[in-house]
Amino acid sequence: MSTGNSDNSTVIQLDKLSVNLGGRLILDGLSVELKGRTIGLLGPNGAGKSTLINTLLGFYAPSMGTARVFGHDTRAEARLVKSLIGYMPENDSFIADMNAVTFIRMMAELSGLPAQTALERAHECLFYVGLGEARYRKLGTYSLGMRQLAKLAQAIVHGPKLVILDEPTNGLDPPARRRMLKMIREMRDNAGMRIVLCSHLLRDVEDTCEEVVILKGGKIVHYANLEEERRANKRFVELETVGDDEGFAIAMENLGATCAMAGKGRWKMVLPAEFNFRDLYQVASDKDLELRRLNYRKDTLEDIFLKAMTQ
Amino acid sequence: MAVYKRSYTSYSGALTPPRTRFLVLPRYSYERLFKSRFLVGFLVACLFFPLGCIGYIYLVNNLTIFQSMGIPTPGFLKIDGKFFLVFMNFQGALAYVLTALIGPNLIAPDLANNALPTYFSRPFSRTEYVIGKISVLFILLSIITWVPGMLLFGVQASQAGWDWSVANWYILRGILLGHITWILLLSLISVAMSAWVKWKVVAGALILGIFGIGAGLAQIINSILRTDYGSMIDISRIMYTIWSDQFGIETSTGLEAFEAWIGFAAVCIVCLLMLERKIRPKEIVR
Repeated sequence: MSTGNSDNSTVIQLDKLSVNLGGRLILDGLSVELKGRTIGLLGPNGAGKSTLINTLLGFYAPSMGTARVFGHDTRAEARLVKSLIGYMPENDSFIADMNAVTFIRMMAELSGLPAQTALERAHECLFYVGLGEARYRKLGTYSLGMRQLAKLAQAIVHGPKLVILDEPTNGLDPPARRRMLKMIREMRDNAGMRIVLCSHLLRDVEDTCEEVVILKGGKIVHYANLEEERRANKRFVELETVGDDEGFAIAMENLGATCAMAGKGRWKMVLPAEFNFRDLYQVASDKDLELRRLNYRKDTLEDIFLKAMTQ
Repeated sequence: MAVYKRSYTSYSGALTPPRTRFLVLPRYSYERLFKSRFLVGFLVACLFFPLGCIGYIYLVNNLTIFQSMGIPTPGFLKIDGKFFLVFMNFQGALAYVLTALIGPNLIAPDLANNALPTYFSRPFSRTEYVIGKISVLFILLSIITWVPGMLLFGVQASQAGWDWSVANWYILRGILLGHITWILLLSLISVAMSAWVKWKVVAGALILGIFGIGAGLAQIINSILRTDYGSMIDISRIMYTIWSDQFGIETSTGLEAFEAWIGFAAVCIVCLLMLERKIRPKEIVR
């Protein structure tokens, strides 16, 4: 069985995907290819995020187009796709009068793990998420934060290649939120797991994701590769200078930078990829120029999101 | 890996065959069901009557008193189709009560806790889920119906000899077919009710009540339209007709065997449609 989950492979591929539910078009011709290790799914309420997740899980059938996970069609190869996915739902989704170990063991067995292995992994996962001491308590007695952790444990117990996390930090206090985000990064970096994170909290997505898809009205209104944006932001600087800035601009252009004046003593520069910042200070010193301010451009995810919402 | 090493590792070991995965559900259901002492007690009590029947068969086949007096064994002590039909009716009624006790616990808790997305996000289909839940009842009801029925037939065959077995093989067929159809019907009704009503108590009442409601409606239809076709929605009559037909016994249910089979099929189809509509990972709000 080839899952094709090497680092550069496509995790999710949508090709003109449309989903019609109850006579309403919920997803309208989505086309995108996502390769990031952590993919953020953003959008206002009713944008179609949950429908997209449910379609990836094979719960809803596309009315047109296809959705593929690791190259496998979510409808034609539903069983295989589901064996590769772990799903942490937004709402509570477990049997309240079962204890955590039993529930997670059962879910592992339903994913195909032998009974003994399922028991071992249920214990391991509960310790990993931090519920080790409470693992024999009934799920119904858990606090909101503990329930989130139990949902995460059941999503990863069978060792999926891709985990879909729907609002994983909902209801968590700041330390628990930080721990959840740390676990997400750990799973990505140490276990090689691919992650789809659906959240309203832009900061969480910004902290963990490499790619972001923004949905609005069932359509993709923006796709951003956050890693590339971060790199690009570092190459774009805004300067305020006092002194002979004409000569400074020429010297910077000789070093490969592109300069544009934005007012007296105010410059915007795009620096070349391998630019050494010491050269900038050296040029300023040579020209006897005072650098009053140097800012990197920093488009936050909030800026990107708000820009996308105006489209 | 020891649990104290709190790091996560992926899993690349062996997997169980997908065909047998539905059996995970009965295993976990039994773990929960058998915590109830009442249920365990009831299940044991359900085996008393078959034990009594075994004793009766032994006695009937070993009544030396009549033989020593040179008179034939009285007719009412014969082990024949009627005897096994009485056995089936009694055990069938117990199976019905057991279904009403167990049935509501099958699907209702999963629906009440919104657990279906967690089940179906795994390589586990809706069909497997329903088969898994039905097998909880199928296995338990088998223990008190056709399994002891076969045992009784075996005891009688061993006592009465090969000729009796050859002449009465239809009894064996009747026990198997009759009880399995009964279990199938009870299981389907039970899971369908459990899927439609999230409250366990109401689901239990519905499972019990559906037989009475069917019988009442059948009576009304028969009286108003002056026909017997109304009995096709009376589940007890349907089953009694099917069983009696298997044992070659005339009944006064007003139904022909084929009509009873049509009624049986219709009830099963309705239950399957109800399950198809309700057992979904996500409900589509129109």
